[in-house]
Amino acid sequence: MHYLPHTDDDIEEMLAVIGEPDIDALFAGIPEKLRYSDALDVPAGQSEIEVQKRLGDLAAANTHAGGDAWFLGAGTYAHFIPSAIDALISRAEITTSYTPYQPEISQGTLQTVFEWQTMMASLTGLEVANASMYDGASATAEAALMAMRITRRNRILVSEGVHPHTVHVLTTYLGGLGAEIERLPLEDDGRTASTTLTDDVACVIVQQPNFLGCIEELSQFAEATRAAGALLITSVGEALSLALLRPPGELGADIVCGEAQSFGVPVGFGGPHLGFLAVRMKHVRQLPGRLVGETVDARGKRGFVLTLSTREQHIRRERATSNICTNQGLCLTMATIYLSLMGPAGLRELALQNLAKAEYAKQRLRAAGLELPLSAPTFNEFVVGVPDAPDAALARAKQAGVVGGLDLTRFRPQLGPALLVCTTELCSREAIDRLAAALAGAAA
Amino acid sequence: MSNATRGIAYEEPLVFERSRPGRRGVGLPPLDVPEVDAETLLGEALRKEPATLPELSELDVVRHFTRLSTWNAAVDLGLYPLGSCTMKYNPKLNEQLARLPGLALAHPHTPAAEVQGLLELMHELEGQLASVSGMSRVSLQPAAGAQGELAGVMMIRAYHASRDDTRRRKVLIPDSAHGTNPASAALNGYDIVAVPSGDDGMLHPDAVEAAMDDEVAALMMTNPNTLGLFETHIGRICEIVHSGGGLVYGDGANLNALLGLSRPGDMGIDVMHFNLHKTFSTPHGGGGPGAGPVGVVEALEPFLPVPVVEQTEAGGFVWDEDRPQTIGRLHGNHGNVGMMVRAYAYILSLGADGLRRSAEMAVLNANYLLTRLQEHYHVPFPGRVMHECVLSDRGLAETGITTLDVAKRLIDHGYHPPTIYFPLIVAGALMIEPTETESREALDRFADTLIEIAREAHRDPEALRTAPQRTRLTRLDETRAARKPILRWQPQDAS
Repeated sequence: MHYLPHTDDDIEEMLAVIGEPDIDALFAGIPEKLRYSDALDVPAGQSEIEVQKRLGDLAAANTHAGGDAWFLGAGTYAHFIPSAIDALISRAEITTSYTPYQPEISQGTLQTVFEWQTMMASLTGLEVANASMYDGASATAEAALMAMRITRRNRILVSEGVHPHTVHVLTTYLGGLGAEIERLPLEDDGRTASTTLTDDVACVIVQQPNFLGCIEELSQFAEATRAAGALLITSVGEALSLALLRPPGELGADIVCGEAQSFGVPVGFGGPHLGFLAVRMKHVRQLPGRLVGETVDARGKRGFVLTLSTREQHIRRERATSNICTNQGLCLTMATIYLSLMGPAGLRELALQNLAKAEYAKQRLRAAGLELPLSAPTFNEFVVGVPDAPDAALARAKQAGVVGGLDLTRFRPQLGPALLVCTTELCSREAIDRLAAALAGAAA
Repeated sequence: MSNATRGIAYEEPLVFERSRPGRRGVGLPPLDVPEVDAETLLGEALRKEPATLPELSELDVVRHFTRLSTWNAAVDLGLYPLGSCTMKYNPKLNEQLARLPGLALAHPHTPAAEVQGLLELMHELEGQLASVSGMSRVSLQPAAGAQGELAGVMMIRAYHASRDDTRRRKVLIPDSAHGTNPASAALNGYDIVAVPSGDDGMLHPDAVEAAMDDEVAALMMTNPNTLGLFETHIGRICEIVHSGGGLVYGDGANLNALLGLSRPGDMGIDVMHFNLHKTFSTPHGGGGPGAGPVGVVEALEPFLPVPVVEQTEAGGFVWDEDRPQTIGRLHGNHGNVGMMVRAYAYILSLGADGLRRSAEMAVLNANYLLTRLQEHYHVPFPGRVMHECVLSDRGLAETGITTLDVAKRLIDHGYHPPTIYFPLIVAGALMIEPTETESREALDRFADTLIEIAREAHRDPEALRTAPQRTRLTRLDETRAARKPILRWQPQDAS
């Protein structure tokens, strides 16, 4: 019990000050029949050595990313993480602080969030980004809720290129609010089919790059939504693509949301990661989540505070824009450090490496006799048809020491036997060659 | 008495203002595949202008964020008695374990058979939380307490819908509740009905009875409540709501006071959330990530979010997505697993006895502080408290000193202030949660400081009004920030 400082003497003296005979007496307010007297179904306390052993055993029972032969992405990407990030966020002032309610002793957190907001506004091509959402999926759901509030409409058109889990979260979030969710199909090339909109549509949601890796033509959706008085929501599936692709805001997206895990946050079995949400200034009062703004202190020095909090639950209660309070602060700090280290040139070079690896992989897979069924341009992820059952192809890849990608059977059966393959900067040429040979195996 | 000196206070510009063209903080290996022409491949989709990112060396970046960090208060620097937030010590062991590659680098789309260790951990943690709370089943998926609340109210809605009970459009919420409660209910399309607390700060059966009718879907309550009081009548209140066909939601923010001592499930709570970053000591990270698992009684199990972890007869673990009555999915993956790992390690370290002991010491600490302070600050609801106590600035009225001034003066003495102006039912509230990991000496120093500040309010009120005086910045202009919002740095501001 080395986390508790109380000695027997302390306890006795403290009880004497309080004026109670024993600890039990402090709980007199709990009615007798609500006192729990059994043992909890929790093992007896263990030493650090024992806990390390237990967690070590559990950790050893998992396959994990790392190395140069990991081709599984599908919304969670195994990128290189500079070592400075973990060193910095291990500082207790970053790890063991909380929401910056008291600006005088939270300027570190507040300035970091302000820097993050600046970076994300620029990457998305919009004016305001908030201090993070739980993940890309809930950020997309909150974006849709925001569009419903702004337009006062309830029809939501969602591309079939949006990650199936994101659509599931969106459906769950909107379930109680009378929203109608309809799907926009994909064309044969893997991109969302263009559509004309009626004037009862609140928003169109398109993912960029989409779940199948294809780069969408956003401007046509921007024109269609503008004409119908609806909003275009772009959900970014792979944040690194923002380094290379025109910012969705510049192409006419009104809300840009997505998942920023690629910016220095470990794969982590899917969380904690961080969602982002960016809008135009005219919609800022409908934006959910924390925001940091610049101001001055009583001596005229520049500083930062949480601001526009009348949008939030602790002030506005049931009329708040969302119920979110605690977000993904530490992950935001990791991402801000990451973007500061990479800089504009580093981030672009990295994105280009991802693009080049994907193009090389496509070429090798084609050369091995595999089909790439979708012709739309891609960034670092794409679909490849396999000659037999996807699980058999993945098993061959595993034999060759390669984690070959995502089996699309469950997510997109109409593609036939196919995998979603992701190439980050960590994938080596040699591993790509092995992947191509292994996936083609049965055909050869 | 002051203990808030921290060596040199560094100045540090925005990261963009440090930028020097041509600097890089990370190098990449040479590309081992042929280069491609992005213009040819992407055409019009290619980005024209680079994003606003700084150009810095690794040391520039390290200094920048290290200096920023020195401007933060933190649990590891000193007492952080932020009421309702349970700022207890976060063991270093848990940080180390969460970084084990087999846990930190596992991929959410890896087939279950290849990540059995993680599924086993999650399954076991679910069971431990169920035992601690007396609930029948737990889902770990919600990413924060507020998302757990959202999930809980969704399950309540799904439950009523499954019984074709469509009249229920109202949710009862005590006036002492956290703001997330009404916000979560509203996100489910419910109308909110506030229920007044009694003169003793507690919710009374007659107030609930008066508000109860066949349009009420649920009552949401927090126990111990936000005044730190155990809701003595909770058993009767749950009976009233149940007999009217409603369900009771339990806000688990204050569960730290109850570990091993009393269980929400035994009180009549039907669905509740946990805050792993409060009760189970995962670090608060400057505002998350947290984790907000949600627990339910048996009747609500069919509505839990998917996927859930199930143990097979052979002893292995699988994901179960095929649950026809589920509310759906709240997270793109499996929730904030890294926080689950830390909470699991914490529970293993403490064990059943340690969990109960931590609740006992949290309650001892809160009552000790309250006893030491009650002659110096107004106590709106006198008596024993659980894990936190609420004071107010009423006793300082003649000095013109407010709760805000007291809070700011605490900063000069090296303390993070308590939660202030909450709960809303206490004017000028100071909500103090010391947690169990603070020693008697630390509490005495904190109490001495607060007592000295109360004296100072009479003797030298100006010292409080101009506090904090020892920080880099003081009394930031929040009105100005909100009136003309500047929410990002722009290059033209650089001059």
